[in-house]
Amino acid sequence: MTGTPPGTPAGTIGGAAPIGSPGQIDVAELQAVARRARRLVVQSVARAGAGHLGGPLSAVDVLVALYFRVLNIRPDEPMWPGRDRFIMSKGHSAIGQYAAMALRGYFPVAELDTFDRIDSRLQGHPDMALLPGIDMSTGSLGMGLSAGIGIALGARLRGTPEHTYVLLGDGECQEGQVWEAAFVGARYGLDNITAIVDANNLQQYGWAGSAIETRLPPWGPEALAGQWAAFGWTVVEADGHDFADIERALWQARGGPGPAIVIARTIKGKGVSFMENRFDWHARIPTDVELTAALAEIDGD
Amino acid sequence: MATDAVLSLGRSQRETFGLAVAELARDNLNVVVLDADLANSTKADIFAAAHPARFLQMGIAEQNMVGVAAGLATQGFIPIVNTFACFAVYRALDQVRVLVAQPHLNVKIAGAYSGLLTGFTGKTHQAIDDLSVMRAMPGMVVIAPADEAETRASLRAAIDYVGPVYLRLTRDPGPVLFAGEDTFEIGRARWLRDGSDVGIFSTGQQTTRVLAAAEILGRRGIQASVIHVPTVKPLDADLIRRAAQRTGRIVSAEEHLVVGGLGAAVAEVLGEQGSAPHLRLGILDTWGESAANDDLLERHGLSVERMVESIERFLCSDSPDPGAAAHE
Repeated sequence: MTGTPPGTPAGTIGGAAPIGSPGQIDVAELQAVARRARRLVVQSVARAGAGHLGGPLSAVDVLVALYFRVLNIRPDEPMWPGRDRFIMSKGHSAIGQYAAMALRGYFPVAELDTFDRIDSRLQGHPDMALLPGIDMSTGSLGMGLSAGIGIALGARLRGTPEHTYVLLGDGECQEGQVWEAAFVGARYGLDNITAIVDANNLQQYGWAGSAIETRLPPWGPEALAGQWAAFGWTVVEADGHDFADIERALWQARGGPGPAIVIARTIKGKGVSFMENRFDWHARIPTDVELTAALAEIDGD
Repeated sequence: MATDAVLSLGRSQRETFGLAVAELARDNLNVVVLDADLANSTKADIFAAAHPARFLQMGIAEQNMVGVAAGLATQGFIPIVNTFACFAVYRALDQVRVLVAQPHLNVKIAGAYSGLLTGFTGKTHQAIDDLSVMRAMPGMVVIAPADEAETRASLRAAIDYVGPVYLRLTRDPGPVLFAGEDTFEIGRARWLRDGSDVGIFSTGQQTTRVLAAAEILGRRGIQASVIHVPTVKPLDADLIRRAAQRTGRIVSAEEHLVVGGLGAAVAEVLGEQGSAPHLRLGILDTWGESAANDDLLERHGLSVERMVESIERFLCSDSPDPGAAAHE
């Protein structure tokens, strides 16, 4: 599918009305949903005493935009064959996806209390065998785009219209398999897949930056954009914390040509000032005092 | 059923695979084949010619190929990943684990050129512990057919079964064991020859050599039962126990490491009930090399003659450690 489908107003996604249209969720509401999602992420990780914070918090706005504005899905029928697919390739950010899914109605928000507990459907990394609505199990980095290419090739073979979205980390792009998938996606000219990079420009330990709190990927977002372009992907850049810009970029990406990638510039730990742009909050667990401060900040943001 | 006559040479497993998958895909439109640039070696090119739209060239990139197969499986396709066994099992191991085995997706991995006999390629290309690796993966079905007919039948069974399957295929033609038969069932071992002196368990093409060894042993007064175990997982534990009870002494033979393969699987079953003396024939804790098939089989004690010698020595020995004695 390329260009604007017939009858769709320019600048909107998949037939949805523009942000702010009557009856549609507007930017203020999306921001409110994102605040709730961030609160749930921090609470769930603190309760479990395990999990990741920096990556899920940087990805929350992209996830909320996808689940509430972009994906053609039926939360009450998660395996609906016509659904758009979403793969969380950076699987350690699962709690961000679970928060967005719960708020969208896939399962009760209270189920987030079970995160990382025995018998929970909400595993530390997304598990399609346990939770309907997870379109691919992930966790070992670099794998999700390959599965997305397979889904997109399958949709092309069957002639079905579903679109596949895959969210990667910028650090994840160091995995060689990502580039194996990249050349195959371009070689087949797949225009029914959109990759998104959560470009928060920090990773777990990475390379030392100029400041003590930064540990960097080998390249910044500009270089990453050039690398994807060199592999034959249409590259669209976006502010990953601006809902209108995320939606604009995702829609532009749907127009191709060929497979497209949105480089979403984000802030690791977004929404909690003392977690922002600090590598050590990749997977740190907040103390009680930090938890209280973080929740107060998210609510008052 | 195998006969006492000299076995005639059949079609290679790779060519059988190419022909069979092309034929099975005529009726089953969900079958797609993924290749990593080896189709004219693995004979997936037969499928490519017959069903070009369902042949997916993935380039020299096996990890991505396995991931693409996983995605296709979620769309209701039956993807058959076809490359050399070494690349599917080792290079793409984490992809098989996370994207195929853990979500129990309906992906079939057809590992060509398995074992030692890979056509002068040497240790890098010899998948000699693929059975160990794939058998250790929860939910994975592991099949090593013996000949042409069993390759065709096991491929059909793998396609009919819903879930991940590893099919261990060989490069070069071997003898026909099951002419015209199509009685393969996942999880069922086959008692090919009866005898009460020793029970020999074998899998894959090695079974054709084991049967020849059993005939020679028979002429020398040693009556061997031969149990062919094409499904290494799930294992036919009942038949293995019955064969061990009937014979008292057992041998396992495989064109594979003795670590973790069929012999180990048999030992795990029998060890739980008080073990019978067990001679494990296979590649010891070492790598292969590039050489002619016969030389490799000889070097690793897997030729007909070397197996006969080892088994005779094992049966004559009162050594408390017969395996070690046989490998001196």
